[in-house]
Formats: sequence, C-alpha cells, structure tokens
Amino acid sequence: MRYSIFSLVREALSGHRGWGPAWRDAQPKPAYDVVIVGGGGHGLATAHYLAKVFGITNVAVVEKGWIGGGNAGRNTTIIRSNYLLPGNIPFYELSMQLWEGLEQDLNYNAMVSQRGVLNLCHSDAQRDAYERRGNAMRLHGVDAELLDEEGVRRHAPFLNFDNARFPIKGGLLQRRGGTARHDAVNWGYARAASDRGVDIIQNCEVTGFLRGPDGAVIGVETTRGTIRAGKVALAVAGNSSRVAAMAGLRLPIESHVLQAFVSEGLKPIIPGVITFGAGHFYISQSDKGGLVFGGDIDGYNSYAQRGNLPVVEDVCEGGMALMPMIGRARLLRSWGGIMDMTMDGSPIIDHAPVPGLYLNAGWCYGGFKATPASGWCFAHLIARDAPHPAAAAYRLDRFASGRVIDEKGMGAQANLH
Amino acid sequence: MRIPCPYCGERDAHEFVYRGDAAPQRPDGAEANEAAFADYVYPRANVAGAMHEHWYHAQGCRTWIVVERDTRSHAIAGATLAREAKR
Repeated sequence: MRYSIFSLVREALSGHRGWGPAWRDAQPKPAYDVVIVGGGGHGLATAHYLAKVFGITNVAVVEKGWIGGGNAGRNTTIIRSNYLLPGNIPFYELSMQLWEGLEQDLNYNAMVSQRGVLNLCHSDAQRDAYERRGNAMRLHGVDAELLDEEGVRRHAPFLNFDNARFPIKGGLLQRRGGTARHDAVNWGYARAASDRGVDIIQNCEVTGFLRGPDGAVIGVETTRGTIRAGKVALAVAGNSSRVAAMAGLRLPIESHVLQAFVSEGLKPIIPGVITFGAGHFYISQSDKGGLVFGGDIDGYNSYAQRGNLPVVEDVCEGGMALMPMIGRARLLRSWGGIMDMTMDGSPIIDHAPVPGLYLNAGWCYGGFKATPASGWCFAHLIARDAPHPAAAAYRLDRFASGRVIDEKGMGAQANLH
Repeated sequence: MRIPCPYCGERDAHEFVYRGDAAPQRPDGAEANEAAFADYVYPRANVAGAMHEHWYHAQGCRTWIVVERDTRSHAIAGATLAREAKR
C-alpha cells in the first residue's frame, strides 16, 4: 500500500482495519545474488539502494534478532554533515542530501527535522578551528554559519554563558542538521526494500561462512540453514570483529560501549542539537519532548550493551555545567550501544581481503547520520565492484599505508595518533 | 566496575586508565619491518569473552596491572602486576 493523505483518510473512516504489515517477514531461500548480514539501518539501506538504484533485487537481509534492534535503536538520532576532511565531507554531505529527500524516496515518514546542529566554542583557538571547519564545509557546498556569543544567546538563551572554566564565546551552526526518527528510518528502508523483492529474514544469526575451493566466500551458515550467495556483505557494526573473525580476518576495530540518556517528556525548550565538546556532552529534544543526551564512550572494550556509573556522572556533570536548568528534569532511561571504534575514528566501506566478501564497518559513534550514504555507497561497491567516489577514502588498507582519516585526531583511545 | 588492584585491593574503575588488550607484543624496533609494526598498532583480536588487558592505577599506586575481564559481562576474574604477568 502506498501511504498518502488519501490512504490515511480512507483508513480513518474505515476504523484502521486495512493497514497491512509494512514489510514481508520472509523465509530464507537456498540462494541469493547478494546476502547482507545485519538488519540495521545500514544493511536495510544497502538493500534498498541495491534494488532501487542498481537493479539487484535477488537480495536477502539476514538479522540475528529483529530489524533495528541493535544500534539502529540505540543512537541519539542526530543527522549532520559538519565535517572537515576531504575524505569525509562529500560522503556526509551526500548523506545529508539523501536525508532531505528520504521520505519522498521511501514513501515513509522518517520525521526528518532540520532544526540545526550547534557546536559551542569557548576560546579563540576553538573559534579558529570552527572557522576553518566552517570554511571547509562551505568550500564543499555545505551550509555553515559561525555565531558569535550574541548569536548563540539568540539561538539558545538558557545556556550557562559565564561558566568559569568554559565560558561560551560562540559556535558553529549547521542549520540543515537536525534529527530523524531512528525506528522510522529502519522501517521505511525495510518496507521500500521489501516492496522491491528483498527478503528480510529475522532471527537468523550467521554462524559461519561457506567457502569455495579457492577460499572465496560463497554463502553463509545461519541458525536457519545454509544460504548460498554470489556476494556476502557485512553491515554489523558493533560486532564486525566477531563476524569477520569467522572469515579469518582481524580488523582495526575495538568494540566499545557508548551510553545515551533520555529525560521525561518536557515542553519544547531545546532548539535543535547543541554540542558541548569541551565538556563531552550533547543534547537534543525528541518530538515526544524527552531530552536526548549523551557524551563519551566508557573507554574500555565491551560487548555488554550497558555502561558504568563514572560516565553517567561525567555526562550529567557536563549537562549541569552547560545548562543548569536540566538538573530539575528526571532521567527516564539510559542505555548502551556497542560501537565499532576504528583506530582513526573513521569508517570502512571496502572489499574484504577475502573474495566474495564486502565490508561496511567501523562507524564509531557516528553511524546513524551516515545511514543513507552508507547504504548507497555500499550498494555501489557491491553492484559495481568499485568504490563510490564519495566513499573512496574508507579503505581497509589505509591504516597500513598511512592514509588514515583522523577527523577528530583519535580513534578508540586518545593515544593512537 | 571494581578492579582488584594487587597492591591497593578492590578499587573503583574510575581510578584506573585503560590501555587495552595485553596480548600484542611490540616488535623489536631494530629488526621489525613496517608490516610488523602496522600489525602491532592497528588490528585487534577484539575478543568477545575473557580478555587480558592493561590498566594503569593512575589515582592509586600508579602501577600497570593486567586484568582478566569478560567483555560480554564486565565480570572481572582477577588481576596481576603487569611485570609479573605471563608473557
């Protein structure tokens, strides 16, 4: 069914009895042209663009749990393209442009809300760095606006401007940045891919790879049987090392836990996203009214999907320093997601060193905003066996060859660069 | 998480600095080639399960220790001084 104002009115008048499931919960077939491992945002987006843009529809997405149950449901829903380095800007801007047309493309309300992303600065040096970043963005055709203190006061008057340690002196604002509804993004991609013939197979965990006589990957062993495939594509960030290890690979990745928090629902108070990098804190407000915020990774290897109290304390201290009024809001929930932390803080979209295997990994704590471009570029790589120009820098061999993309100057730990 | 420091006893993880997997061995600088160093610096086993890892007791005895910790549950099985740990 195509969603429209007419379908909504028709269903409203007929008691909402005609809504069918949004996608087919498929059974595995013995073989596909492409098997995508991982039914999160990136895997589903890859399936959608494979089918829609590259015409490959004999595709299965296999997911160990339910779709969108991993990091797709554990992020803080921020979209932005305020990057500095040449390897990153075109990719994240492609993603931003895909976000802007996503709902029309998918015929699904992903609640893309471009209310702006503001990075605060507290010193001359930091303002200079943001000016450089903003100029780099504008040279690539991305919107960026440098605000002075007065500009920040107009945008977010409730901030603590006179903090003794980090007085707010200005900020870099990307007005096209904002948030999107994370679940809707997954469901929208699943529905669009399923409509084009992609099989979405849930509760189907990959337990090994099927190898040909030459060592090439020719399928996957799963908890629901063997599935042969022309190509196998991994989109399992958080668990990339575990899955790749089944093919004998060691990746430049550590899995770390990143915590996030949401308060009780409040009336609208936060305009867009505000980041307080110096205090390791960022915040936005969901359409439901909850304040969604987070900070740093816990800092030790973890697959546990939950963090510890020191980082909870650190994040809350950052929040209180930035905007003391949130001290009166009650915390509703907190959770942890497992991040693929690469050694330079940038992702990998590349051929694996095993024939037949494709790798989409290493999203660190920035995977959500990349979802559309990640899917598009990964689909390009799978369909054409050549990297998409916007993602050509995300090579697996860049670590050994010294072509790292150290946007933030650090990877899993600050001492790696 | 509470880490049993061999000198100080069980202390909050907040007092420690994390270094990571204790398994990789630094190649001999005089002998090793670039590939051996790249292999030491970048790829990780990234174990899901029991892992030996380096922690530094920065706000305590300032000693490097090797902690055995399960990365799936954060359960800590024990700790030894790094200089006494088996290589």
